[in-house]
Amino acid sequence: MEAYFDNAATTRASEAVQTMVKKVMDIDYGNPSSRHKKGAEASRYIKDAQESIAKTLKVEPKEIVFTSGGTESNNMALIGAALANKRKGKHIISTRIEHASVYNPLLFLEEQGYRITFLDVDEHGLVDPEDVCRAIDADTILVSVMMVNNEIGAIEPIEEIGKRIKKIDPEILFHVDAIQAYGKLKISPKRCQIDLLSVSGHKIHGPKGVGFLYIRDKVKIKPIIYGGGQQKDMRSGTENVPGIAGLGVAAKEMYTNHAEKIAQIQAVKDAFLAGVKKLDGVIDNSGEAPHIASVSFEGIERGEVLLHALEAKGVYCSSGSACSSNHPAISGTLQAIGMAPELLNSTLRFSFSVYSTIEEAEYAVQVIAEELPKRRAFVKR
Amino acid sequence: MEYKSFLIKYAEIGTKGKNRYVFEDILCKNIRSAMKRIDGKFLVRKEYGRIFVDCLEEYDFDEAIEALQHVFGIVGICPVLVVPTMPWEELAEKLVQFVDDSYEDKNFTFKANCRRVNKEYPMHSMEVNMEAGAVLLHAFPELKVDVHHPEVMLNIELRDNIYVYSVTLPGPGGLPVGTNGKGMLLLSGGIDSPVAGYMVSKRGVNLEAVYFDAPPHTSEQAKQKVIDLAKLVAKYSGAIKLHIVHFTDIQEAIYHKCPEDEITIIMRRYMMRIAQTLAEKNECQALITGESIGQVASQTIYSLQVTNAVCTYPVFRPCIGMDKQEIVDISEKINTYETSILPYEDCCTTFVAKHPVTKPKLADIEASETLLADDIDRLVQEALDTEEVMSVW
Repeated sequence: MEAYFDNAATTRASEAVQTMVKKVMDIDYGNPSSRHKKGAEASRYIKDAQESIAKTLKVEPKEIVFTSGGTESNNMALIGAALANKRKGKHIISTRIEHASVYNPLLFLEEQGYRITFLDVDEHGLVDPEDVCRAIDADTILVSVMMVNNEIGAIEPIEEIGKRIKKIDPEILFHVDAIQAYGKLKISPKRCQIDLLSVSGHKIHGPKGVGFLYIRDKVKIKPIIYGGGQQKDMRSGTENVPGIAGLGVAAKEMYTNHAEKIAQIQAVKDAFLAGVKKLDGVIDNSGEAPHIASVSFEGIERGEVLLHALEAKGVYCSSGSACSSNHPAISGTLQAIGMAPELLNSTLRFSFSVYSTIEEAEYAVQVIAEELPKRRAFVKR
Repeated sequence: MEYKSFLIKYAEIGTKGKNRYVFEDILCKNIRSAMKRIDGKFLVRKEYGRIFVDCLEEYDFDEAIEALQHVFGIVGICPVLVVPTMPWEELAEKLVQFVDDSYEDKNFTFKANCRRVNKEYPMHSMEVNMEAGAVLLHAFPELKVDVHHPEVMLNIELRDNIYVYSVTLPGPGGLPVGTNGKGMLLLSGGIDSPVAGYMVSKRGVNLEAVYFDAPPHTSEQAKQKVIDLAKLVAKYSGAIKLHIVHFTDIQEAIYHKCPEDEITIIMRRYMMRIAQTLAEKNECQALITGESIGQVASQTIYSLQVTNAVCTYPVFRPCIGMDKQEIVDISEKINTYETSILPYEDCCTTFVAKHPVTKPKLADIEASETLLADDIDRLVQEALDTEEVMSVW
């Protein structure tokens, strides 16, 4: 048996997505900028994808700009907004638990003379909207907060943050990294007063190498890629039509019978956590997101060894700590929520999708139960 | 200028007496396989005790030089202009053109150096030298002649065709791989062992390599990294037979039964034992490691003595007297550094004790190893029986 529980890293593309991508590569392969019929056909796919996506967010199709993925969407939102507003001010507010694709562009902006405030979170990984408000000053131009944390699945109070910052100063732009949230939560940018929202395709059974940035109508940001002026000058470069068409299909699928799908994912997560928590020395750090479980295993010195042991039996997960990555500068969510230092490397992330089953969850629990004592025997003496 | 040929210079093999022809043939064979890796069609031929690589189709000059610079035994590579035998007036024009194309700045001293193998040619070599000097000085007034210490030696060889060359690009030196038996390299994924493999291979030694895989303590990426490193070394050494030995059970047995501060040294002794058994089976004459005195606890001179005690084969440790930076410099030169520093755990770092022994005594270590007596022979046999073998190049 195999249990692919690393869906927060990436997902399998759905059949319909695969069919669409192949069709566009094989038959409707035109360049949307071409003036002939093949160009027009290709443009149609982009418009269709924009419409499908717009419907899921209750926004206008023209507010969707396609990118090469979540990282580019975040870079474009942050750098683009900072550059467009540099005369208004140079202060940006974010949090200590953002993904590297938000954190590192912010460090880049800091080098360029912007001032960045990174807010702390509580033990559940939640940002206090009050802290956001307190951090705002006359120089503040942008607030960036993720919707769902990628390491533990905490759901941030985006709606409250959006409403409160706009009450203080409607000109402050609000960016939300929704890469782990889109497809799992119902998102309403208008109600949450979001100006910029980043999404990635491959986290929702779409293709890799494609994503989008929602840019609220009338919001002006600077493009970060220049060239032939595609997508109304916002993102030059021949559109990735197969990817975009695939993303459109994935978005539509994800939000069809959405409640049912989410209940199913949540059920797998619940079954997994219920099983794994029965084992000794297991700590559950998971937030409310339906698809992410974060678990610390006491007495496991390096979570990665357990990860490889599980891998050998077909259970795939992620090591849960950013401090084991190549960016020691990133504080990491686990540290930010105040996890004991000895557990930072003992934490694994299991993440689920519509393809995950209760049987797989039970199998994973059984494998963990077998491997855990064996791996615990290897503590440094 | 489009060079149609390269003259290959080699040093040491020219001095090896009756073996010279064997060495040359192996060098030719190695050049052929190096050139097969790149685009184009090349003819490697031996003539008058020298090796020529003729380019029969369109090819990329830089790529060809790079390929040749990976073949041990080559000391110099001279791009050669090859023209059919022609009257002096026409040849003189070719020489002017050659110098014009080869040197943008002509402010240098030179000497013409003619060898007349084709005795039919109507001019003596001295005449050619003088005429060539005159023609070139006339064409490029900035040039100067210096017959004692010329900056540029313009070689004109009158043979079946006429060969003109002046530039010698450096080769890697050493001896042709395959002229000096075979060694078994203990390849870990670190910086040192690929360098050790490169250095021994440079002396004409064929390589096999052994990697000790210890899942789940080491990852699939760590194994892939070792395969990638073997590939990079193979660019010099030619194809490497890589043995992947499943070491987890042995490692865990040592961990459970032996004193913590001796785990690494005992582990290394078992690695040496297994490597030696593989060397014997595969007709190698030596083991090769990346050890350097004092680099880590398991490489103090005391530890080396204890590790070495299990070997009857010679163990070559070409990095033994080098500082880390010197090893890094070579690894950068041979392009293994970037791969070596990828952050995957190898089996030696997994179980490192906080304070490993630095002055182990052979008797103590041997006593500790008796604690493994119950099943270690079986585990070693299993590791040997389940090895995975691949050819990497």
